[in-house]
Amino acid sequence: MTDFTMRVDQNKYLPAGSQEVHGIITVEASGPVGTSRATDAAEVIIVDTSGSMSYGKIAEARKAAQAAVDTLRDGVYFAVIAGNHQAEVIYPGNGRLTPADARSRDEAKEAVSRLRADGGTAMGRWLRRAADLFSAHLMEHPGAIRHAILLTDGKNEHEPAPEFDANLAYCSGKFVCDARGVGTDWVVAELRRIGSTLLGSAMDVRRPEELEDDFRAMTEAAMGKTVADVALRVWTPRAATLNFVKQVSPALEDLTGRRSPVDAQTGDYPTGAWGGESREYHVSVKVPPGGVGQEMRAGLVKLVVPATGEVLASGNVLAQWSDDPALSTRINPRVAHYTGQQELASLIQEGLQARNDGDLETATARLGKARGIAERAGNDETAKLLDKVVDIDPETGTARLRRGVDKADEIALDTRSVRTVRMRKDPEG
Amino acid sequence: MVSACPVCGTRVLAGEAFCEQCGHDLAAPGPTPCTACGAARVGADGYCENCGMLQPTGRDHVEVELDGSAGASDRGRRHSRNEDAMALTAAGPGTVVGVVCDGVSTSPRPDEASQAAADVAAAAIAKRLAEGEGAEAATREGVRLAAAAVAAAARAGEDAPACTYVSAVVSARQVTVGWVGDSRAYWLGAQSALLTRDDATPGTHMLTAWLGADAGEVVPHVTTFTTDGPGIVLLCSDGLWNYYPEPEDLAAAAPQDAPLATARRLVRLANQAGGHDNITVVVIPFGQGDRADTTVAFPKERSD
Repeated sequence: MTDFTMRVDQNKYLPAGSQEVHGIITVEASGPVGTSRATDAAEVIIVDTSGSMSYGKIAEARKAAQAAVDTLRDGVYFAVIAGNHQAEVIYPGNGRLTPADARSRDEAKEAVSRLRADGGTAMGRWLRRAADLFSAHLMEHPGAIRHAILLTDGKNEHEPAPEFDANLAYCSGKFVCDARGVGTDWVVAELRRIGSTLLGSAMDVRRPEELEDDFRAMTEAAMGKTVADVALRVWTPRAATLNFVKQVSPALEDLTGRRSPVDAQTGDYPTGAWGGESREYHVSVKVPPGGVGQEMRAGLVKLVVPATGEVLASGNVLAQWSDDPALSTRINPRVAHYTGQQELASLIQEGLQARNDGDLETATARLGKARGIAERAGNDETAKLLDKVVDIDPETGTARLRRGVDKADEIALDTRSVRTVRMRKDPEG
Repeated sequence: MVSACPVCGTRVLAGEAFCEQCGHDLAAPGPTPCTACGAARVGADGYCENCGMLQPTGRDHVEVELDGSAGASDRGRRHSRNEDAMALTAAGPGTVVGVVCDGVSTSPRPDEASQAAADVAAAAIAKRLAEGEGAEAATREGVRLAAAAVAAAARAGEDAPACTYVSAVVSARQVTVGWVGDSRAYWLGAQSALLTRDDATPGTHMLTAWLGADAGEVVPHVTTFTTDGPGIVLLCSDGLWNYYPEPEDLAAAAPQDAPLATARRLVRLANQAGGHDNITVVVIPFGQGDRADTTVAFPKERSD
């Protein structure tokens, strides 16, 4: 059984008349290390087989998919989809998922080895096909962990935007998907939308030969999940407004728009499946002003399994009005850290956008400022990537955009801008 | 006349038998409504489920008197609730047991933790004394059971409730003090003295020991002294000693008056000084003026 704990970091003290409450919710799940055979898991591997995947890429994609198949533990239900402008279930191909064993793994790998690159790219259709496989599976295996890996190398060119939107909406809530882009011809925004909508990650894979390890790691992570379809349930006072609910670690994800109302004061925000891991959320509430000395619960946050109503953990976001400035002006270090991480991501995304739009002044300002935050907050990887795009004079601190930036570096910077680092020094530790 | 439905808060008119919104029988006696919004939806943890306001504990100002001893506990001026607790119990003729516990306000339900600890410890110590046990052994047993009671209040998935502890067993010839955390005991009389040593990082209020499921094994400090008196044993939370840390100042502020008057006076002084925290004061007289020649001896503390 997985054990969940929740901790709230905040400064609950507000100056008289103040209404803005922030809290960082840290949820830690611990439990069976490695794989748990008791958990019913399903995995769909989706490989881009469009024409652009020809030559080296398709060969590496085959190896990656085969590595993923090898990582599936016995009894995990799985399928492999080949995607171009349409989607074909190349294994098992009977409209269902099949349990992994020595034979099915060999058959799947054999099917993968025959993959050829041909045709266009329509990722929404690939995902819809996976969704249907999962839905059929869920009928017979309620509560199963459902995870897909999607690999592409290109732009979603052969699916009109409204169809892509509809397909994503169709898939939402049916499974978790980690999306990977290989090479430099795919669109960060498209994969980010897939990852966000399907509660998974979106990452770049610079060289095709890195795919195999990455697929293996993703499959292993999926095998480590033990509880499916978990939600963050947030209650707020009747007269309060919930400003936002965001995941801030391990990556930024704004969940505010994903609310499913439970009652007039309570809503559920999806978080997907959990294994042994830790995630952090930033909740902000606007409360009616209170009098000095009064204490209010500004938010009651619970981790729940909505299907069963089980509460896994809970915590309070509080507000207490004080006339002591020493209390009310204190800034909680964790709230400050993640506020900075959100600013860093925005600066990078705005800076890259401005750079592409030819607004070099804005681009320089944003990316230069981002470089400073990255260094101070300990975003070492981001700082390194920023160094490939901007040049900072160590004497004056003046930023200058570099010329001839490698497209792969730009993609990596953009893709990874939403990944956050934890606080360097834990104030509790 | 217009009023609010005690269940859902919707306006209802005088003469209406049922709430138009939720159907609540307006004639039925409802649960205690929220002191802030009036909705009858106060949760077990003290927060209103409608407006979120934390309800007063009913301990805003509490006084106790027993066999010539007394205590007063007050919310103070800055806190919304009183999370301190106290207990006074007689343990046979001429022996009084007093306990003060201060709920850690960053832990959940600190008011329940402190009350449980004070009640359990006072009862346990009195029982052990009645069974003939020594004051130090009885004190240790009281702390052990109080710690278990606070630890048992912890729930999965949240921080553990926590509180401090100080107790005194005052008999005709000696005083036994036990403590965990930064609530204090003072001897006020000739040679006034602080009897406890805070379990806290010096100069801060960071506790190094407390009662709670996250505290590990609780080892109380226990010390006994004998004196010819007269004087009083004062137990208090940091809401008082923050303003009056020095024994002499406390002794000056607490003239040999009726114990309840003394406790009230000290609470009032702490409130006048700012009332930054909950204030709890327990006053137990000792050796009331029957000897002129006063000697006070403080044996070495044993906290094994």
